[in-house]
Amino acid sequence: MVPGNSGGVVVGDLVNLSSGWVLLQAALFLFGAPLLMAWVRRVKARLQNRRGPGWLQPYRDLNKLFAKEALVAHTASELFRAAPYVVFATTLLACLGVPLVAVGQPFTAVADVIVLVGFLALGRFFLALAGMDVGTAFGGMGASREMLVSALAEPAMLLAVFTLAMTAHSTNLSSVIDHQLAFGLVLRPSYLFALMALVLVAVAETGRIPVDNPTTHLELTMIHEAMILEYSGRHLALMEWAAQLKLMLYGVLIVNVFLPWGIAREVSLAAVSFGLFAVVAKLLLLGVLLAVTETVLAKMRLFRAPQFLNFSLLLALLGLLSHVILEGGA
Amino acid sequence: MSALLMTVFVPLMGTLVLAGIRSLQLAGRLNLGFCATTLAAALGLALRILQGGDLTGHGFHVDAFNVYLVVLTAFVGLTTAIFSRPYMAHVCREGRVTERRMRLYHSMFQGFLFTMLLALTTDNLGVLWVAVEGATLATVLLVSLYRTPESIEAAWKYFILCGVGIALALFGTVLVYFAAQHALADPSRGLSWTVLYGEAARLHPTVMAIAFVFLLVGYGTKVGLVPLHNWLPDAHSEGPTPMSAVLSGLLLNVALYAVVRFKMLVDGALVASDQPGIAGELMMGFGLISFLVAGLFLHRQRDIKRMFSYSSIEHMGLMTFAFGIGGPLATFGALLHMLVHSLTKSAIFVTVGHASHIAGTQTIEQIRGLIRTQPAVGWGLLIGVAAIAGFPPFGVFTSEFLLLSATMQSWPWLTSVLLFGLVVAFAGLFRHLHPMVYGKAPEGQQPVAANMLPVMVHLGLVLWLGIAIPAFLAHWLDQATWLISGGHLL
Amino acid sequence: MILTQLTLVEQAVFVLAALVLFLSFSILAQARLVAGIHVFAWQGAVLAGATGLVALVDGEPHLLVSAGLTLALKALLIPWMLHRLVRRLELERHLDPLPRPAVALMLGAALVIFSYWVVVPIERLELATTRNILSLSLAVVLLGLLIMVTRRQAVTQVIGFMSMENGLFLAAATATHGMPLVVELGVAFDVLVAAVLFGVFFLQISESIESLDVDRLNRLSAWEDEP
Repeated sequence: MVPGNSGGVVVGDLVNLSSGWVLLQAALFLFGAPLLMAWVRRVKARLQNRRGPGWLQPYRDLNKLFAKEALVAHTASELFRAAPYVVFATTLLACLGVPLVAVGQPFTAVADVIVLVGFLALGRFFLALAGMDVGTAFGGMGASREMLVSALAEPAMLLAVFTLAMTAHSTNLSSVIDHQLAFGLVLRPSYLFALMALVLVAVAETGRIPVDNPTTHLELTMIHEAMILEYSGRHLALMEWAAQLKLMLYGVLIVNVFLPWGIAREVSLAAVSFGLFAVVAKLLLLGVLLAVTETVLAKMRLFRAPQFLNFSLLLALLGLLSHVILEGGA
Repeated sequence: MSALLMTVFVPLMGTLVLAGIRSLQLAGRLNLGFCATTLAAALGLALRILQGGDLTGHGFHVDAFNVYLVVLTAFVGLTTAIFSRPYMAHVCREGRVTERRMRLYHSMFQGFLFTMLLALTTDNLGVLWVAVEGATLATVLLVSLYRTPESIEAAWKYFILCGVGIALALFGTVLVYFAAQHALADPSRGLSWTVLYGEAARLHPTVMAIAFVFLLVGYGTKVGLVPLHNWLPDAHSEGPTPMSAVLSGLLLNVALYAVVRFKMLVDGALVASDQPGIAGELMMGFGLISFLVAGLFLHRQRDIKRMFSYSSIEHMGLMTFAFGIGGPLATFGALLHMLVHSLTKSAIFVTVGHASHIAGTQTIEQIRGLIRTQPAVGWGLLIGVAAIAGFPPFGVFTSEFLLLSATMQSWPWLTSVLLFGLVVAFAGLFRHLHPMVYGKAPEGQQPVAANMLPVMVHLGLVLWLGIAIPAFLAHWLDQATWLISGGHLL
Repeated sequence: MILTQLTLVEQAVFVLAALVLFLSFSILAQARLVAGIHVFAWQGAVLAGATGLVALVDGEPHLLVSAGLTLALKALLIPWMLHRLVRRLELERHLDPLPRPAVALMLGAALVIFSYWVVVPIERLELATTRNILSLSLAVVLLGLLIMVTRRQAVTQVIGFMSMENGLFLAAATATHGMPLVVELGVAFDVLVAAVLFGVFFLQISESIESLDVDRLNRLSAWEDEP
């Protein structure tokens, strides 16, 4: 796991250091994600002239759910019980692969974008299985819708990511960001398209408006909520938490890959704290943008979702093409 | 220079003046007057060029090649104007057009001539594009002059297809300019044909080859080359007959002229490359396909004007093919064919106009027994079709004979294909012609007031050209041949 | 050529050119007439911006004139005219959807690749920094063609036609640093006249077939049914 052929002491140090990093990043994600959710909800409430819930509301919700008894339908199998843990674990693992406050750290050797997509796909797979497991109509419906969305979103995401990878000659997110920082501000048409595609994919994958509405349980339109309808107690808490992590994951991915400035490139207290400050500021801004678009847009009809995702696929393709055509493949 | 300026700007003045004239009588006469003045100026210009050599300057360039087309354009313009005066008066009496639209008609007739003459004489390839596009714009409202659903449909097709084609031609022109900027010392003159022709060998061959594809497709749409010919039969059949005469007789020529000018540049640029003849081969391919397809389509027509517009496509295909072969013999033949085709085809359209007035329809099946009802029209149609089908002793025979000989020289196995095409087209024309001329006239079919003078003049000229090409004209065409192909025939 | 060797302004030209292409795709995918007109107007504005930037890079004042003409004609006047006509013919709520949007979009992407393939021999020449935009312009031209082929509404066809011309203007501005002024003016005049004529046609067509669905302009093909 650790790239390095130096002596044992150094390797040991590196292992210590990297496990420290991993813990720090995990903590940041785990406790940052509900906060980001709260921020989006607050801004949205403000835009709708409401006061909105407090900053700690998501924590209180999670806390309440963890304290409650987890009821499981008698038709459910072991899979249903295991799924929340798998979903939560894969999402968290995916989060660990995304450079949050610093790049070039030892553990980023595994921060490969294909691994990231793989973890997310695994989580989604179990989520959909769990949705179908109980055998209720809504679960199956939600699972099939989720698969429809992701079948279209995944190629778009991969194409967008490959565009970045072609520019940086690496699928490692850390190298992509490093490459971006090394050249300073370069206006790349391909990045513009990849960014737009990734934003659309993120909206679809995290179940936000206009693809899905996270705040309603309207059977005609819900996707994500339909799958977790049967969950309760700690299972539900894990599912909700995983969803919040996913939102933050996509947010970090977008802001750090496309606007990496501020991220720490060395391990020093000053650089890391500045990196933390930068990523928080960028995420807050992104949260505002998300809230504004969700307020402005209406949720679209479900059968238009494929069109929406086709569009993101097209954008990703255009990004790839303009990389080849305009940027001479370099 | 003054003759040149007069040739180009008299029609422009005509456009403006006629736009403001209400009286139909006066407008018809003025139209004639403007056309006559233009022809006089064009003849003066031709005299000046033949004696004094090329004339270049102020953005114009006139040599033996285009001055011959200038004279042809002015001449056909005049004879069509002669025909159009009583014809349009008749249409007006029938109530198919209002007086306002007649003003538009006269003004745009001159506007069309202006754009044609500007396209022919300009030295700037960009202005050439602007003028050819202008010709579309000037004629598109004339095609829908009668405001029937059919004519509006025809005009819409004409507009859209030619617009698309001409847009591709502009892309080609941009590419040529792009090549010029990297070859010339003074890039700002990179659209001047004379400058480019002088430096053709330095233009980048790949860029020019790609540019030529776009130019051929673009201007080829205007020439009516298959598969971009769809607009042509529609526009010809639905517009007023004088428009059909000038479209077939002039517009197609000018578009072909543009293609040939670009071919000269491309040939110069590609002379040292591994495919020096690619431009000519492309033209041969497109030309031959148009020639054969149009010949076959002649058999399927039910509308008399559509039939003759397919005949135009056929002949334009033949000319494109001949210019594609290159060489003095083929080029001379193509130039002669351009001349005789224009004269014959406009004469035919004039006659067809009268014929459809007699029968009251353009449907071939309902036009019967012309020679009984009005012998002049019947004979005119018969002789005209005989001429266009390539019967000796008419000029078309001479030019087609030259073209066949040229094909025999360089591509012998294509000669049989050409002969087959000629026979097919011939059969197509005559199977429809015979009943129209000789069939039994319907009851009560009356002769109409017809001015056959333009027809007689045109067909007389074609006959003369078939029997003996006057020495000065042969010399003139030979000069043009030398300009295009680099060799003398005579 | 490597993008990072260019100045930021030149990179911005590339981005704007890519946006023009993207807007062509948007026009292609747009079902509502009015929305299509708006996207077209944006395309004109982006094109004018690109032309203006090229003028700044090259220091060619006549390109600024061209940029101004583009802005006035393509971004303001023509969209305004189209909009007014659509209102007059009461087509504001009219839809002209693509029959198979996904297929059309993929076809569009294929056209982009095709135009790249056509222009590759030129791009290898290393003649100018902005030459890579040639293939984008060609793609915009071909996409305009695709819009015209796939649509049945006269208004959408005109938008396709005009966006095709946008591709030509893009090529002229970026590859050759603008055509000579006299040609630019002539072309602009032609475009203006064409736009007016299109307006006249809309009225004529809607009078004669009481709709602007050009699929119903099919009388003339009946003239050739004899075997």
